[in-house]
Amino acid sequence: MTGRRPALAASIMMRHDAVRDADLLVMPERIVVLNDQAASVVRLCDGTRTVAQIIDELTAAFPGGAVATDVPEFLDRVRAEGWLR
Amino acid sequence: MTTSQSRRLCDDQRQERMLPWAMLAELTHACPLRCPYCSNPLELISRSRELGTEDWTRVMAEAAALGVVHAHLSGGEPLLRADLPEIVTAADGAGIYTQLVTSGVGLSRSRLDGLAAAGLRSVQLSVQDATAERSDRIAGARSFAAKERAARLVRDAGLPFGLNVVLHRHNLDSIDEIIALSVAWGADRVELANTQFYGWALRNRGALLPTRDQLRRAEDKVAVWRARLAGEVRLVWVVPDYFEGVPKPCMGGWGAVSLTVAPDGAVLPCPGAYVLPGLEFPNVRERGLRWIWEESAAFNAYRGTAWMGDPCSTCPRRDVDFGGCRCQAYAITGRADRTDPACALSPDHHLIQTITAKSAPPEHNAPPAEPGPEQGVPTAGMGSEHGVLFAYRRHR
Repeated sequence: MTGRRPALAASIMMRHDAVRDADLLVMPERIVVLNDQAASVVRLCDGTRTVAQIIDELTAAFPGGAVATDVPEFLDRVRAEGWLR
Repeated sequence: MTTSQSRRLCDDQRQERMLPWAMLAELTHACPLRCPYCSNPLELISRSRELGTEDWTRVMAEAAALGVVHAHLSGGEPLLRADLPEIVTAADGAGIYTQLVTSGVGLSRSRLDGLAAAGLRSVQLSVQDATAERSDRIAGARSFAAKERAARLVRDAGLPFGLNVVLHRHNLDSIDEIIALSVAWGADRVELANTQFYGWALRNRGALLPTRDQLRRAEDKVAVWRARLAGEVRLVWVVPDYFEGVPKPCMGGWGAVSLTVAPDGAVLPCPGAYVLPGLEFPNVRERGLRWIWEESAAFNAYRGTAWMGDPCSTCPRRDVDFGGCRCQAYAITGRADRTDPACALSPDHHLIQTITAKSAPPEHNAPPAEPGPEQGVPTAGMGSEHGVLFAYRRHR
């Protein structure tokens, strides 16, 4: 599982909303407001990094957090929504 | 009609002002189709009064600055605007995600390529029924073949592809075929939109209203398809609120998440609001979008909960459904500030129940709709297709 290289589905854009100072996932008929942690994970889902690499990078950035368990769980939820390929 | 939904993926304590997420841009009311449930107003805006390219360019920039993320480029048929690529460019340049809402008539490969190059992000195509004969009859124009071709073009272009089917007594029994067609055409998302009775649909309500049995059978079939298509095609069932006893949270609240810009530049909280009395809708030719959203009397008329009377004002659901729909309250009770009579708690709910109780099986033809206004504005024509009389829109 951790060998997968997640990327946003083709129909979905991540963009920063300057008006609301928020990161968004924008897709047809739907807008999702990401909180800061979610955005920091999604930003690394660029199709080049494996899940293990994403965890390593985030652990380095947020030492002491529960990154190793939270991130795969979060990615599963996002994939179930159809937002990742 | 489609609206954007927003939701939080995780907890976020950030305070938000009330800002619009979505804009319905009615670029023109002209359309090659004459659907009897058209969401355009009975008095269509003529082409000579439409905003120009520069106006729309400015509107897109103002909308983005105000917080709009989604623009639905709609009509009428937006492909009738020769400057559609420029409008898409303006929206995309301002950071707005654009969706084309089209009948498919007039969509060629080169046209779509041009729009995609300009930054178009997704397409929503309408189809009226599952066969050419039935679809064309409801559309009031030969259009099914063009739609089939448009579906293929959108698919080939790799754009997210939504199909919208308005449901009523004449096609609800074909729901299996309609969903099968959506799958065959390669839709990612299918909006099974039970008719909402405003404007043309309200005028033609007697000929469109389904029976409770029809709805129940169709909904059961949708549930089966939904399980079968899980993860592949998303089926959205737009609730027939006349039959549910629960009002829809119309537009996510008045002036709360969305705004509509009409072809002539009038700005409304929803595309049905033209009919409401006592409201003067501000125009982008005279006012900035921010003033219109924040300050105008029209956008503040039913904003929040202060305008509510009983039973809404003390209802625990007042922040969930916002008292339902103002246009529906007006259409049925004559008062826009009443509780939406679709709500079982409304003292006027019996008015809706009387209407739905009268709905006979589709074999029994409904009486003809009232003829439209005769002069001045573009007006209704009468058609005798489908064995019932619809009042049909005509545009000039």
